[in-house]
Amino acid sequence: MSILAYNGGAIIAMKGKNCVAIAADRRFGIKAQTISCDFQKIYEMGPYLYLGLPGLATDSQTVMERLRFRLNLYELKENRKIHPKTFGSMISNLLYEKRFGPYFVEPVVAGLDPETFEPFICNMDLIGCLNLPEDFVVGGTCSEQLYGMCEAVYESNLQADDLFETISQAMVNACDRDAISGWGAIVYMIEKDKVTSRTIKTRMD
Amino acid sequence: MSSVLAPEIPTPGFSFDLCERNAMLERKGFSAPKAQKTGTTIVGIIYKDGVILGADTRATEGNIVADKKSEKIHYLAKNMYCCGAGTAADTCMTNSMISSQLELHRLNTNRIVPVVTACTMLKQLLFRHQGHISAALIVGGVDNLGPHIYVIYPHGSTDHLPYATMGSGSLAAMSVFESRWKPDMSEEEGKALVSDAIRAGIFNDLGSGNSVDLCIIRKGSLDYLCPYELSCVKGEKQGSYRYKKGTTAVLTKTVRPIIVEEECVRRVETECMDTSS
Amino acid sequence: MSLIQDYIPRNLPDYATQAPKQFQFNPYADNGGSVVALAGDDFSLIAADTRLSTGYSIYSRKQEKLFKLSDTTVLGCSGCWCDILTLTRVISARMQIYQHEHHKTMTTSATAQMLSTMLYYKRFFPYYVSNILAGLDNDGKGCIYRYDPVGHCEKNTYVAGGSAGALLQPLLDNQVGYLNQENVEKIPLTKDKALSVVKDVFISAAERDIYTGDGITIKIITKDGITEEKFDLRRD
Repeated sequence: MSILAYNGGAIIAMKGKNCVAIAADRRFGIKAQTISCDFQKIYEMGPYLYLGLPGLATDSQTVMERLRFRLNLYELKENRKIHPKTFGSMISNLLYEKRFGPYFVEPVVAGLDPETFEPFICNMDLIGCLNLPEDFVVGGTCSEQLYGMCEAVYESNLQADDLFETISQAMVNACDRDAISGWGAIVYMIEKDKVTSRTIKTRMD
Repeated sequence: MSSVLAPEIPTPGFSFDLCERNAMLERKGFSAPKAQKTGTTIVGIIYKDGVILGADTRATEGNIVADKKSEKIHYLAKNMYCCGAGTAADTCMTNSMISSQLELHRLNTNRIVPVVTACTMLKQLLFRHQGHISAALIVGGVDNLGPHIYVIYPHGSTDHLPYATMGSGSLAAMSVFESRWKPDMSEEEGKALVSDAIRAGIFNDLGSGNSVDLCIIRKGSLDYLCPYELSCVKGEKQGSYRYKKGTTAVLTKTVRPIIVEEECVRRVETECMDTSS
Repeated sequence: MSLIQDYIPRNLPDYATQAPKQFQFNPYADNGGSVVALAGDDFSLIAADTRLSTGYSIYSRKQEKLFKLSDTTVLGCSGCWCDILTLTRVISARMQIYQHEHHKTMTTSATAQMLSTMLYYKRFFPYYVSNILAGLDNDGKGCIYRYDPVGHCEKNTYVAGGSAGALLQPLLDNQVGYLNQENVEKIPLTKDKALSVVKDVFISAAERDIYTGDGITIKIITKDGITEEKFDLRRD
């Protein structure tokens, strides 16, 4: 069993037209035993910047705290909001420093450019290899199922409402075929003027 | 922990604090996950006016394609680029580290950095880590001594060759070179040969795929064609899978507007960096 | 085992003496491939990709993985190719024996049961094959059976298996089973819809699974016989 599958979890981020969405499941478990159904895997790192950390829960919280520390220093020093791409490189550097004793997380970043409001998504593997696609990124224990769903249902330039349906359906159906993720899901829709978070109904088994 | 009075001075290089814990987890039966590999075809040739580097764009994680557009031809300096195969993060980071050292070297010496310098820096770095940094590289560039292709293996051994291939598709690509490469090829011939070699890798090796990237380096000029050619396109979808609004059952919804309370713009006059000395 | 591991000096793993390693002959190979099957009211449809591979190399781009067992039964196999060949040969021999003994062709449900027994017969040296059996039942309705390598058998209406099974299955749940959708009209599966869904799931699987590609063959089983269709996928 891989250590990445110890706690379970799944995350997707998708680009839309002037918006990005990021979704995660809410299960926290130890192997097959479920501990709670309201676990947070997506962290708000700024008004337009969200970070999803699937993987080993203890590492995901440690990494988030270390990143918040580095991010605060950056924003104090530069006196401006960070660009999501810069934030991606920051995570990548943090993870690669631990190349030979890695944190077991596969981060997913979603956000809007603080100046141009251009959508941005990226993910990386556990040692920080950046991946910047045009459409969607996934992470977590049911990444195969998520890839299958997203490849089929994703369309480019979706409006926020349509993007919400697409990302939620991809999330819910993929989680149903994975025993260690699911049990509720949360979707954040990030737009220029607002952030909408919705919890969606899923099977609870 | 650091504070304002005693700032944390990070030690350079890799950090090994989690190794002990991870080894303990491994002993308990939790295997460490595999990192993203580039499972790649990368090639380089010397032609009449310089060098041509080529790469495919697929990165895999096991049997899954993790990145369809991974850029495997990395920037080293204005006159040289480097193709990387192996663990994706290693090739990426190694190249960006060496690239910054090369720029400093150029500023120090005030001349075009020879390709052999980059090769030596890379091999020293890789040898120092005894093959644990799994980066297999092809460095290509043009300096005052002419065009060069260097091949660097993960343990730090190097080769200086007129044409080279690396990665999981290297055999497929080499079969094209062995049958068709000749000295002093024209640029058109060279581009066709390199893209054929990459295509051989893309079609015959499952670890390589998606599209062909090329980088042509001549004395004083450079073409970075990314992508040069899409060898395969995604099939046309038969149906539409757009969902009607309200298909997903929503339990709770919260909307938080983002209000900009104040905006202040402070103009900063830019000043050129002093590079006279 | 743990004693030996604890003895290893912690900081010098490279120079530590390691316990002897035992290597064994591995009788199995994974030759990839994916199979999808859907059942409708008066037909069933089964599709498989045509790539045969091992590791990072391709053996064949045109390997049929669907085996016609009778006029109403088709078996789709993926996994270890040599086991597939043996298994399908034994099945067709046994079906021939049945034909001669009983003077009638084996029905799909009988074939399904026989396959399960044949797989379980090799419980401790199993055929490394993921089987999906599609056909028509005694009333002429489409039916699908899926198996695990040691003979567990389950009747279904939509199934995906093989190397890209995990990628394909959730989309079938959603588009054919209408799971997790509110206010949706559950239309019974038509042949056209089944064809387009099958092509689309394979297009998306070929994007992300390296063992799936080149092309697919689709066999549609109706009471009038079996028709075949081919469809190209990406070849990289």
